[in-house]
Amino acid sequence: MSIHAEVEALRKVPLFASIDTAKLKLLAFTSERLRFPEGAVLFREGERGDSAYLLLSGQVEVTLQTPQGPFVLATIGQHNIVGEMALLGDMPRSATITAREPVEALRIGKEQFFQLLRDLPQMTLEIMRELALRLSNANRELAAAHASRAGKETS
Amino acid sequence: MSSHQSLYSYIWQHSRRDQIVILLIALLAQPFYFLTLTLPKHIINGPIQGGGFEEQGATQAFLQMSFALPGFLPPGLAGTWHLFNGIPLERLPYLLALSLTFLALVGFNGFLKFLVNTMKGRLGERLLRRLRFELVDRILRFPPAHLRRVKQAEVASMVKDEVEPLGGFTGDAIVWPVFLAGQAITAMTFILVQNVWLGLVSGAIVAVQAIVIPYLRRPILRLGKLRQLQARELAGRVGELVDGGADIRSQGTGNWERAEIISRLGRIFDIRFELYQRKYFVKSLNNFIAQLTPFIFYAAGGYFVIMGQLDVGQLVAVIIAYKDLPGPIKELIDWDLQRQDVEIKYNQVMEQFHPEGMRPPGGPAPEASTPGDVDRIEFKNVKLADDAGFVLLDDVDTRLVPHQSVAITGPTGGGKEAFGMALSRQFALREGVIRAGDADFFGMDDAMAGRQVAYAGAEAFFFPVDIRANLLYGLRTQPRSVDAAGAPDSRRLLRELQRSGNPPLDARQDWTDYSALGTADAAGILDRIIEVLSIVGLENDVYQFGLQSRLDPAANSDVAGRIVEARIALHERLAQPGLEGLVERFDPDTYNRNASIAENILFGTSLDPALQPASLPMLPHFRRAMAEEGLEKHLVAMGLSIAETMVEMFSTLPPDHPFFEEYGFIPAASLPQFQQVIRRARAGTLTYADRAALAGLPMPYVDARHRLGILTPEITERLIAARRTFAETLPRELQGRISFYNEEAYNPAASILDNILLGRISHGAAQGSERVGTLVRETLDRLDVRDLIIDAGLGFNCGAGGKRLSTVQRQKLSLARALIKDPAFLVVNGALANLDDAQKARIVERVLAHRRSRATLWVLTRDDLADRFERTLLFENGRLKADSLATGAGILS
Repeated sequence: MSIHAEVEALRKVPLFASIDTAKLKLLAFTSERLRFPEGAVLFREGERGDSAYLLLSGQVEVTLQTPQGPFVLATIGQHNIVGEMALLGDMPRSATITAREPVEALRIGKEQFFQLLRDLPQMTLEIMRELALRLSNANRELAAAHASRAGKETS
Repeated sequence: MSSHQSLYSYIWQHSRRDQIVILLIALLAQPFYFLTLTLPKHIINGPIQGGGFEEQGATQAFLQMSFALPGFLPPGLAGTWHLFNGIPLERLPYLLALSLTFLALVGFNGFLKFLVNTMKGRLGERLLRRLRFELVDRILRFPPAHLRRVKQAEVASMVKDEVEPLGGFTGDAIVWPVFLAGQAITAMTFILVQNVWLGLVSGAIVAVQAIVIPYLRRPILRLGKLRQLQARELAGRVGELVDGGADIRSQGTGNWERAEIISRLGRIFDIRFELYQRKYFVKSLNNFIAQLTPFIFYAAGGYFVIMGQLDVGQLVAVIIAYKDLPGPIKELIDWDLQRQDVEIKYNQVMEQFHPEGMRPPGGPAPEASTPGDVDRIEFKNVKLADDAGFVLLDDVDTRLVPHQSVAITGPTGGGKEAFGMALSRQFALREGVIRAGDADFFGMDDAMAGRQVAYAGAEAFFFPVDIRANLLYGLRTQPRSVDAAGAPDSRRLLRELQRSGNPPLDARQDWTDYSALGTADAAGILDRIIEVLSIVGLENDVYQFGLQSRLDPAANSDVAGRIVEARIALHERLAQPGLEGLVERFDPDTYNRNASIAENILFGTSLDPALQPASLPMLPHFRRAMAEEGLEKHLVAMGLSIAETMVEMFSTLPPDHPFFEEYGFIPAASLPQFQQVIRRARAGTLTYADRAALAGLPMPYVDARHRLGILTPEITERLIAARRTFAETLPRELQGRISFYNEEAYNPAASILDNILLGRISHGAAQGSERVGTLVRETLDRLDVRDLIIDAGLGFNCGAGGKRLSTVQRQKLSLARALIKDPAFLVVNGALANLDDAQKARIVERVLAHRRSRATLWVLTRDDLADRFERTLLFENGRLKADSLATGAGILS
């Protein structure tokens, strides 16, 4: 699989959906393609993150540490991105990602991503648009959650 | 500034004997020189014009020696003295005899000149050597405050350049003026003897020259002095630009520095240009005066000849003699100028090297006896201040004893650092005294003090040699062996060294003090080094350096063999499930996707810069191999594909974007050029140069890393074939310069790590380097070659000022350097400032455990480590506030 397939995979990520091919190619080119054997940990909850992973093949498990032990939150597969919040801010990883089977992933480094944004204002706008969308979605979900809890409490 | 010897007394003191010998030879040469002047007159007047041969068969006495004594002497002495009546010769033989005599005289004069010049040269070089050594010796004895003040580039320029003319001048200091004056007087006398009036005229002109010219030259000297000062300052500034290069860049003050240098260069230009103007004016004037005299000779001398008062031979002789007169005079004036110039230089340099408070001369090494350790260090009423006079330590009284570990604590700047510093002898005491045993610690010989007290400070200087040499540096206080003295040329070297007044210290001897290491010779040293490295936590770093270093298999055949063993063991492990694919091995029959195309063809390593993968396309043999396998059109096609991708991805980035350097196949400046090439490729009008440029692009392409998908199975097959062709048809001149990858052999041109891997760590493997690193370490430990790798790592060059090491590594090395001396007292003062607390605590504990029976004084940044020590000194406001012994264990254990 060459860089072209990676570009296609990147295009399927909402965060990058509206960025033109040349830029996606550059992002893919400056990223690292990594193979993880089954059971390998991509990153751990609480670690300081410096990169996001775009899954090219295979599935990963998202686990949270709870007082009762690890709790599997979800299973994520091809063309999904994990850890992308690390690209935007210095925050610790919110979950642990483990390969459920042999996984191939594109590791997008924060440095490379920032370098790209710094010089491509148009790309920055795209990212902001996507973030705004997420924020409004989150607000809506929060409001919905609030409403449903309020409903439950009154019932 | 204390006074120094004057230049002439210095020269006379150190070269008296040689100067006298040269002077005697120069004086001896004078009569012969006079003869070469008179002979032409005899030849012309005698045999050529027939004087004295008027009769048939007349003879003249050859080699007749007689002196016509001046008429003013008392009558009894006047007349002619005959020493030798000579051999009677006829006209032709007489001509021949006189001419041959002339030739012999010229030859003999030349020989004497050669002799004098050689002797002068040697004399000058000896004095230069002596002076340079003295200057360097003085640098080594500079008081610490002066050492902090001087600029190294300026001092270096003084020792190297500014004293250089002194060497050339010394030979001329005494002999040359005597010689020149002799010549001038001889020529003058000669002219006077021929004709008094002509003699007086030339004397007058010489007198004008000798008075006017030096007067005009005085400003030149002043300018020369100024020029020297400016040039020295420029050297100092350039040194600062290099040292502060990183800061200048980060502060963005490059243009300010440029402006400063520009104005400096402007000043230097003005000075130099004025110098030229004045110099050439004086020169023209000098030449004119010199030309004026012949005019008088031709006019007045011709008149005398016509009047019959002077014969032609005499006039010719006078003119010839006069030709020799301005020369010496001019050179005498030049010499005087040079003398003043050199004297100024000498005085200026000497002033810089005579600061107050110089340490006493070190001189030759003391007897190689190791004195016993001192039993105490005592501070009595000690007051210490920095260069600005700020009091750092006041009224400190304490006594430090061996076998005791002491924590030195207190608030930052409260005196604890100064207490440590006092033991480094970097600042002079204002009051009080520090005693080591019964001796004054500050008056102690450096070598002696260095053995008693080893100091590890925050800023350590390292020499640009390997880690081993830097680590053992503190043990080189005196030569330990004399075997090198048997070298064939050593007697000559020794004699020359004595003639130049250098002490007989020989750097070729082994200076390392093995007794301090507890070993008899170099053999047991490695264990001690490793022990110390592991105490300061530097062992793993050096091990990593070792892996990256190259090994000479001829000198280490055992090690090389074991590394090949390790390679086999590692490859076996890498074949296990879960580990396969971590490393892609170099297999002669497979294309390595984790190596570049150029590396795949070369399939080996070379130490030759022309045979590095990047420069391969320039190699005709490489191009031949590629052409033979029909790869050219493929390379062009791949190059075109790369160029298209690069142009697409990079053309919107600004030219200084870091991606160009990190990921670009094409530098930013060449992108437009390749855009043109792509356009021509689409139009089918590629030029030869285009094709060559495109064919070069894929060379650094690493398939696993760059993933551009341009390698087809057909191309990799051809590349493998080209690899074989390249190796099999290697021209004779390249043979032996490339070490090809070979499963069974050690590759001397590759690093130890590359030799173990014999392959590349796969780009795709997550945490590949870390995992392979662990595997390599485990394999090497199992084969017991870890020590050998560390040994190789000790050969890592630390770079100028140790800059190739990180700050933490430098600090650890500084501590290790002090520790390995096993001194009676170890003083650690900020040596681990950049380490984190946990590491610091571990190192403190290891050092204390290691030095259980020796005194260790540690200036702590965190007081909570104090409980590891037997005694604690607390400093506040520059005073010793508390002195407590640890309760319980410690002192007796």
